[in-house]
Amino acid sequence: MATQTPIPVEVPKEDQRVPVIEPGHSFATIGEKVSNIVLRRPVSLGWVFGFLVMFSGMNMLLFALGYLFMKGTGIWGITIPIGWGFAIINFVWWIGIGHAGTLISAILALLRQSWRNSINRFAEAMTLFAVACAGVFPLVHTGRPWLAYWMFPYPNSMNYWPQFRSPLIWDVFAVSTYGTISLVFWFVGLIPDLATLRDRAENPIIQKVFGLLAMGWRGSARHWHRYETAYLLLAGLATPLVLSVHTVVSFDFAVSIVPGWHTTIFPPYFVAGAIYSGFAMVVCLAIPIRAVYGMEDFITARHLENSAKVMLATGLIVGYGYFIEAFMGWYSGNTFDSFLLWNRLHGPYAPWYMSLLISNIFIPQLFWLKYFRTSTFWLWILSLVILVGMWLERFIIIVVSLHRDFLNSSWGMYYPTKWDWMTYIGTIGMFLTFMWLFVRVLPMVSIAELRTLLPEAHVHEAEEVHK
Amino acid sequence: MDENSKLKGGPDVCPGKRGQLDLATVKAEIEETSGPEYWRSLEELAGSDEFREMMHREFPKGASEWLESFSRRGFLKTMGASLALAGLTGCTKLPDTVIVPYVKQPENLIPGKPMYYATAYTLGGYASPIIVESNMFRPTKVEGNPDHPASLGGTDVYAQASLLDLYDPDRAQTVTYMGDVRSWTAFTEAVRGPISVQKGIAGAGVRILTQSVSSPTLAGQIRDYLKANPQAKWHVYEPINRDNVNEGAKMAFGEVVETRYDLSKADVIVSLDADFLYAGFPGNTRYIRDFASRRNPDAEMNRLYVVESTPSSTGMKADHRLPVRAANIENLAHVLAAGCGVASSATPSLSDQETYYVMAASKDLQDHGGSSVVIVGDHQPPALHALAHQINAKLGNIGKTVFYTEPVDANPANRNQSLHELVEDIRGGKVDLLLILGGNPVYDAPAELEFASALKSNAVALKVYLGTHNNETAVLCQWHVPEAHYLEAWSDARAYDGSASIVQPLIDPLYGGKSAHEIITILAGQPGLTGHDLVQQYWQKQHTGGDFETFWRKSLHDGWIAGTTYAPKNVSAKGISPQRSQPADANAIELNFRRDPSIYDGRFANNGWLQELPKPLTKLTWDNPVMIGPAMASRLKLSFKDVVEVELNGKKVKGPIWIQAGHPDNMVTLFLGYGRTRAGRAGTGTGHDAYPLRTSQAPWFASGAKLTPTGEIYNLASTQGYQTMETPDGSDRPLVMETDLEEYKKEPAFAKEGEVPKELTLYPAVDYSKEMYAWGMAIDLNACVGCNNCIVACQSENNIAVVGYEQTLKGRHMHWIRVDAYYQGDRNNPKGYFQPVPCMQCENAPCELVCPVGATVHSSEGLNDMVYNRCIGTRYCSNNCPYKVRRFNFLLFQDWETPQYKMMRNPDVTIRSRGVMEKCTYCVQRINEHKIDAETASVREGKDVRVGDELKTACQQSCPANAIVFGNLNDANSAVNKWKAQSRNYSLLAELNTRPRTTYLAEVRNPNPELKPESQHERSAG
Amino acid sequence: MQIFPRSSNNIARASLVIVAVVVAALGWVLWELERTPYVTNAGVRKPQPVPFSHQHHVTGLGIDCRYCHTSVEVSSFAGIPPTKTCMNCHSQIWTNAAYLEPVRESFRSGKSIEWSRVNQVPNFVYFNHSIHINKGVGCNTCHGPVDKMPLMYQQESLQMEFCLNCHRAPEKYLRPREQVFNMRYEQPANNPLHRNLVSVNGHDYDDQIELGNALKDLYKVRSVKDITSCNTCHR
Repeated sequence: MATQTPIPVEVPKEDQRVPVIEPGHSFATIGEKVSNIVLRRPVSLGWVFGFLVMFSGMNMLLFALGYLFMKGTGIWGITIPIGWGFAIINFVWWIGIGHAGTLISAILALLRQSWRNSINRFAEAMTLFAVACAGVFPLVHTGRPWLAYWMFPYPNSMNYWPQFRSPLIWDVFAVSTYGTISLVFWFVGLIPDLATLRDRAENPIIQKVFGLLAMGWRGSARHWHRYETAYLLLAGLATPLVLSVHTVVSFDFAVSIVPGWHTTIFPPYFVAGAIYSGFAMVVCLAIPIRAVYGMEDFITARHLENSAKVMLATGLIVGYGYFIEAFMGWYSGNTFDSFLLWNRLHGPYAPWYMSLLISNIFIPQLFWLKYFRTSTFWLWILSLVILVGMWLERFIIIVVSLHRDFLNSSWGMYYPTKWDWMTYIGTIGMFLTFMWLFVRVLPMVSIAELRTLLPEAHVHEAEEVHK
Repeated sequence: MDENSKLKGGPDVCPGKRGQLDLATVKAEIEETSGPEYWRSLEELAGSDEFREMMHREFPKGASEWLESFSRRGFLKTMGASLALAGLTGCTKLPDTVIVPYVKQPENLIPGKPMYYATAYTLGGYASPIIVESNMFRPTKVEGNPDHPASLGGTDVYAQASLLDLYDPDRAQTVTYMGDVRSWTAFTEAVRGPISVQKGIAGAGVRILTQSVSSPTLAGQIRDYLKANPQAKWHVYEPINRDNVNEGAKMAFGEVVETRYDLSKADVIVSLDADFLYAGFPGNTRYIRDFASRRNPDAEMNRLYVVESTPSSTGMKADHRLPVRAANIENLAHVLAAGCGVASSATPSLSDQETYYVMAASKDLQDHGGSSVVIVGDHQPPALHALAHQINAKLGNIGKTVFYTEPVDANPANRNQSLHELVEDIRGGKVDLLLILGGNPVYDAPAELEFASALKSNAVALKVYLGTHNNETAVLCQWHVPEAHYLEAWSDARAYDGSASIVQPLIDPLYGGKSAHEIITILAGQPGLTGHDLVQQYWQKQHTGGDFETFWRKSLHDGWIAGTTYAPKNVSAKGISPQRSQPADANAIELNFRRDPSIYDGRFANNGWLQELPKPLTKLTWDNPVMIGPAMASRLKLSFKDVVEVELNGKKVKGPIWIQAGHPDNMVTLFLGYGRTRAGRAGTGTGHDAYPLRTSQAPWFASGAKLTPTGEIYNLASTQGYQTMETPDGSDRPLVMETDLEEYKKEPAFAKEGEVPKELTLYPAVDYSKEMYAWGMAIDLNACVGCNNCIVACQSENNIAVVGYEQTLKGRHMHWIRVDAYYQGDRNNPKGYFQPVPCMQCENAPCELVCPVGATVHSSEGLNDMVYNRCIGTRYCSNNCPYKVRRFNFLLFQDWETPQYKMMRNPDVTIRSRGVMEKCTYCVQRINEHKIDAETASVREGKDVRVGDELKTACQQSCPANAIVFGNLNDANSAVNKWKAQSRNYSLLAELNTRPRTTYLAEVRNPNPELKPESQHERSAG
Repeated sequence: MQIFPRSSNNIARASLVIVAVVVAALGWVLWELERTPYVTNAGVRKPQPVPFSHQHHVTGLGIDCRYCHTSVEVSSFAGIPPTKTCMNCHSQIWTNAAYLEPVRESFRSGKSIEWSRVNQVPNFVYFNHSIHINKGVGCNTCHGPVDKMPLMYQQESLQMEFCLNCHRAPEKYLRPREQVFNMRYEQPANNPLHRNLVSVNGHDYDDQIELGNALKDLYKVRSVKDITSCNTCHR
C-alpha cells in the first residue's frame, strides 16, 4: 500500500509587532488572572470610595429627573426657537459612544482582527451602558413622558397609529433593536467565562449565580461549535446595526429643513463620529483599568496604538464632514446656509465652534506621531479631548442651527440651566457606576477568547486539522 | 343675534343669588359689633349652611363652590367646557361629574349657544362701542360694534383686554373701612350723617374727584347735586389728559371744542407728534380704518408725514418720518404754518434737513388744500394746537377733513389745575367729605402736588374711594367701596363723535361692586335708585316722541342711541399768531413722558394680557425702559441692559436702557404706568415709576435731564430676537416685501420672486379644489399699523396663557399671532415695517411629517390641525417650523385653579396642559361652529347653505385696519380670493415651497418725489 | 462539576415558552382593560337623586325625547330638563310620591337637582348633538335602548374607536331623519328570517348600505376624509 505522506501544517508565524498578549501565559494563568479579579481580589477602599462618588452622580440624575417629571421640561434651558437642548445632545453623544463596542466585537470579529479579543468584552459592556444612558433621553425630553408609549405601534382604543414618516419613530426602532442585539451579543460572549467562574468559585451562592447564568455550559465540542456559530451569526446581525443606528439618528436632523441640519452628508459623518467617540471612550476606560488591575499583559500597547489609528482615521472623516458643511454653506449661495456658516464662525457661539474644531480636528492630528499613539498618558488625554469635542459637535449642530434660523424676528439664545448639567453629569455618573460594578463582578476581558490567542491554541487547531 | 336675548341683559342676567343669603345682609347682622365682638358674632353665624354657602360664593375657594349660582354651574359642568383639571392625558378614567340643570331655565337661553350684547367700553371718557359674547351669562369675548361709526367692527387693545379686568382675582371684593370688612349698608349708614350735615351748609365741604366723564347720566347726576349744593365742587383728574388740546382750542376759538378728523378724505396727513394710529388716541379705531382704507396703491393713496419725538407705530407707517425733539417740533410747526400761508410772527431757524422736509410737506399740503389735515399730538403745547387749527382753516380743510363739535368730555376743566385746586382746598381744611370716584391720583398725580401727603393728613374728615382695586389711593381713604366693572353695571358714555352708547351689564357684580352712579345717589340722598333706573330716567327725559320702550330696546340692541352724534359746529379760528415759547437749549437732554402703549397710565398694570403684550416697536413686555436714540447711546457708551439713573430737578428714577432706532438724539423717553406698589399679583413691582419726575408745569416733556450709568445690569424681556431684515453677515432677507409707489406702478408683481412651482415636492400633490371649503388668509402689510389688537383678541378667543416676565425673558411667550417689527436703513431714522405672523397653515407643512405621534396633521380643508390631546411634546414640529409660530407649554402655564379665570375662558377651545404644543388654528372652533350651523340649516331648509365671509377669525374681526381677510379659497367670490389675486400677494419664505395658506400683500410706500434723498434707504424688494 | 440537576434543562427550555405566553397574556390584558366598564363606564348604573326611569317615561308614557332635551336639535348640548319641566306634570300627578320629594324640594328652594352625569366624553372632545340629529344619526345609535332603561346608563364605550366606526363609514348607521327619535327603529334587512323595509321619499330600501348611501347624498353628509379630520372633534 502506498503510504500517504502527511501534509505539513502551516503554523502561523509569531508576527514581529508588539504582541496582543504578552508571552509566558498559559490557559491556566489566563483563567487564573482574569477570574481572580472577580473571585479572589478583596474589595479595596479605593474601589468603594470611587463607587460612592459614581453612585452619588447617578442619584443626582434620578433627582434631576424626579424634579423634571414634577415641573416639566421648562426647568431646562430649552425654549422657542431652540426646542432641543442638552437632552438630545447627550442622547446623540451617548449613542455615538455606544458604537465602539459592537464595532469591535462584531466587525473586527468578522474581519478576524484577533487583537480585538482582549478589549471586546468591556467595550461591549461600555456599549450597553452607553446605550442605556442614551435611552434615558428620548423618553424624558418629551413634554408628557407618561404618554411616550404612543410612539410604539400597538392596537389601541383610539384607532390611531404613530406617524411613520417621522424620524423619531425610526429612532425608536433603531435604538431599541441595537440595544437588544448588543445585550444578547454580550451575554452569549460571556457564557463560557461564566462557566469558568462557576467552576473556580468556592462560595456556593456565587457558584449558583454564575451557574445559573452559565446555562449549563460544559465546554464540550458541541457547545463550542454552537457557540461559535451563534456568535458568528450575532456578529453578522450586529454589523449592519452599527452603521444603521447612527445613520437613523442623523436622519432626525437630515430630514428636517433647518439650515445646518438639512444636509445629505450627515449619515456617513455621524457614523464616523460615533466610532471616533466610541474608541475614545474605550481607550479612556482601558488605560486606567489595565493599570489598576494589572492587565497590561492582555491589553497591550498594540491595542492602544490600533485604537489610536482608528481614531485618527475616523477623525479625518469627521473633519472632512465639517469641511463639506462649510463648503456647501458657501457654495450653495443660499442665504440661510451661508448665514449659518457665518453664524458659526462669528455668532454668539463662535468660541464653542472654535474649540470644537480644535479638539476634534487639530489636536487629534498628533496621532500621526507614534509617540502620542504609544504614550498611555497622552493617549488618555487626547481621547478625553476627543470625547469633549464630539459633545461640542452635537451642541453646535443642534443649538447653533436652531437659535438663528429663517425668521430674524424669532431668533433666540440658549442658556443651559443647572438641571441640564445635573442630568448630563448624572448620566456620566450612571455610566461609570455600571462600569465600576462590571469590572468587579464579571470578567472584564474574555478568558475564552484570550486563550485562543495563545500559541497552544494554534497548535491545538493544527492537530485537529491534522487528524 | 336674538333681539330678546339682548334685552335680557338687565338685572336678571345672572340669577345667581335668588333666595340666598348675601354678603350685605350678613354684614348687616354683624356690623353693629366691632373688634373681637365682631368676630364672635361671625363665628356664631358661621354655623348656618346659607352662610357657608355664601362665604364660598363671595370669597371663592374652589371652582365648584364658587359656581354655586346655577347659571354658572350649568355652564361649567354640563358643557364640559374643557375646564376639568383632568388635563389632556390620553386614556385615563374620566372623573365622575354631576349635571346641574336650572330650576327655571331663562327663556331665550339655549344652553351651549352664546349670546351677544351691545355695550361700550370707556377710556379717558371716550367710549368704544363693543359687542360682548356671553356664554351661559359669562362674558367671554369683546368684539367691536360693526354698526357703530366709531368702531365699524374694530376695537382697540384696551377694550379687548378689559375682559380680563372683569375676572381679575385681585379686584377688591368687599366694602372696607380702614381695611376691615364692612357691608354696603354699613357704608351708607356711616356716610348718611356727614352728608346731611353737608346739606345744611350747601355742600361746602363736599368734593367729588372723578376721572374724565362723558356719561350724560353721571354728569347729570353730579350737576343736579351741585345745583342743590352750590358750595360743593366737582374736580376731574386723569394723568393722560387733553389739557393741551383744550387750551389750544380755547386759544383758537375762545371755547373748548372737540376736533374730529375724516381721514378717509385726506390725501396728505401731517402729524406733529400725534400717535393717532394707536389705542389711547380718541377715535383711533375709526381713524385707523379710514387711514388704512387709503393705503391701497391701486387706488388713490394718501401720504403721511410724521414729525415725532418718541418713535410710535404711527411714525413707522409714515411715508416720511422726521425724528425731532418734542420741544423743537414747535419750531417746525411755525415754519410749516408760514409755508402754508399762515401769518406767523416767529421765523425760527431749522437745520437744512428739517427745512427741506417742512418745505416739501407744506407744499404738499397746499397742493391738497381741502383734502389734507394737520394733526397735533396731545402732548404738544396749546400754541401748536392753535396753530394747527389755523393751518387747517387756511388749507380749507374745515368741514372736509376736520370737524369741530361740542366736547365729548362732560367737564373739560383743566385736569392739572382742577387737581391743584382740590389739593389747595384739602390743605386749607376746606374739605370734609371727599369722594374719589375711580382713578388712582395718589399714584399718578403731578409730583409737586404731593397728593399722597395731602390725603394722608387728617385735614379731610371722611374720605371715600370707589375703585376696582385696593390700590395706592384706596389705602389712604377710610372707606373703600369696590367699583363695579363696566360689564357689571349700568351706565352710558359718548364716543369720540359724541354718539352716546348705553353701557349695559352682562353679569351681576361678582363682588357686589357699585358704580359711580350709585355712590352719587347716596350723596344726593336718593338711595335705592339703581344704575338701570338712573340711565333709563335720564334718557326718558331726553327722549322726544315715539314709544320710549321701543326706543330704549333699539338703543340697547344697536349699542348706541340714534341721533346723539354731535353735529359739526361752526367755529372760526381767530387770526391770533401764538408766540413761541423759549427755544429749549439744544445741548440739554430733553426728558419725555409718554403713556405706556400696553398699560396706559398704569390702570392696566394688573392685566396680564396687556403686561405681556409686546409693545409695538420695542416688543418689550412687563417693563418700561429708559429709551434713548442710537447716537446718544454711542456717545454715552450705553448699551442694552445698562441700568441708568435719570435725574430731573433733583428727582431720580432708575431704569434699564433701551436703544430705539429712530429715537431723536439728546432726548430720553420715560413711560408712565409702571412701578406700581399696590397693583396686584401681576402689576406690583414691575418696571419703574416715572411719575415722581412729572410735574404739572412739564407734564409731557422737560429739558435738563441728567443720565448717569449705575453699572447695574437688567434684562428686558423683548419677544423679538432681532429687529432688522439684514442679517449680521450683511445679507438681506426678503421677509417684508416693500417698494415705493412709482416702482410699484412699473413692476406690480415685484413681490412674487422666489415663488416655487407647486410641483417641486416629493409628496403627492393634494387637491383641495374638490372640497366644499379650503381656508386661507391674506394680510395686507400696507394696511397693518401694528396696533396689536390681533394679539389680544387671539389671546382672549383661544384661552392663551400668560407666562410672566421670567418665562418671556426665556422666549416662552405663548402668543399665537405676533406682530414682527423690522427696521431698515439709517438707525437714527429708519423705515419701519409691521408683519403680523400667525400660523401659515402650510399645505406642505414641515411640522407635520416630523411629529412621531401624528398630533399635527392636515385636515381635508387644508388646515394644519393641532391635536393637543395627542401631543406628547417632542417639540420637533417647532424646530422644523420655519416661521416659528408654534408655542410650547414648557411648564403648567395655564391657570387651572383660579375660578374667575375658568369663567372667563372660551368654552369652545381646549385648555392646554403642560408639555403640549399649541398654535394658531385659524380659529377652528369658529369654523366648525359656522359649518355646523350652515349644514344643519341646509338639511332643515333643504337648500344649499354655505359658510361665507361672515365667518371671521378673532384677529380679523378685531382688526381696526381691515388688514386681515380670511375665507374660503374654493369660493370664487370670497374676499380672500380677491386679495390673493392681487399682484402684491406673496408668500413668506416662498422658496421653501411650504405653500402657506396665509399670504401677504406687499407694502407700498408713497413718498414725496421731492424728498428723494431720504428714499435712498428704500430697499427695493429682493 | 454539576450544581444543578439535569432536570433543570427542562425548566430552561420551558422558560422560553413561558416567557412568550406571559408577554402575550400581558398584551391581551391591556387590550381588554382599556375597554372595560371600569375605564369606559359603559353599562354602569350610577345612583341618582331621583330614580328617574326613561323606560317609564318613553315607553310607558310615550314622551318624546325633545320634550325634556329641548336643545338637542339646535345646540351642541342636548339640554337637561330644568326642575320646572318635571313639575309641569308632577304638580298634577304623583304629587306626594316620596321619591319625587327631591324634585319638589328643588322647585321650592330653587336649588338644582344634582344628577350624576351618565354619558360623557373627555373635555378635549367637542361633540355636537344638533349636527348628528340633523344628519340622521338616531338617538339610540349612541345612547342605546334608552326606552328600555329603568335607570339610565351609558350603552357604548364612547371611546375614539367607537366614534370612528361611524365617522369612517356613516352609511352603516344613518337613518331617515324622521326616524331619529324613534327608539323602536330597525335598520332595513332582507334575509330569510327577517325582512324590514325603510322607505325614503317613496323609495323602499331593504339594505342598510344602500339606504345609508342614499341618505348621505340626501343629507349632504361630508366626505369621510372630512369628518375624520382631527378638528371635527378636537379643538
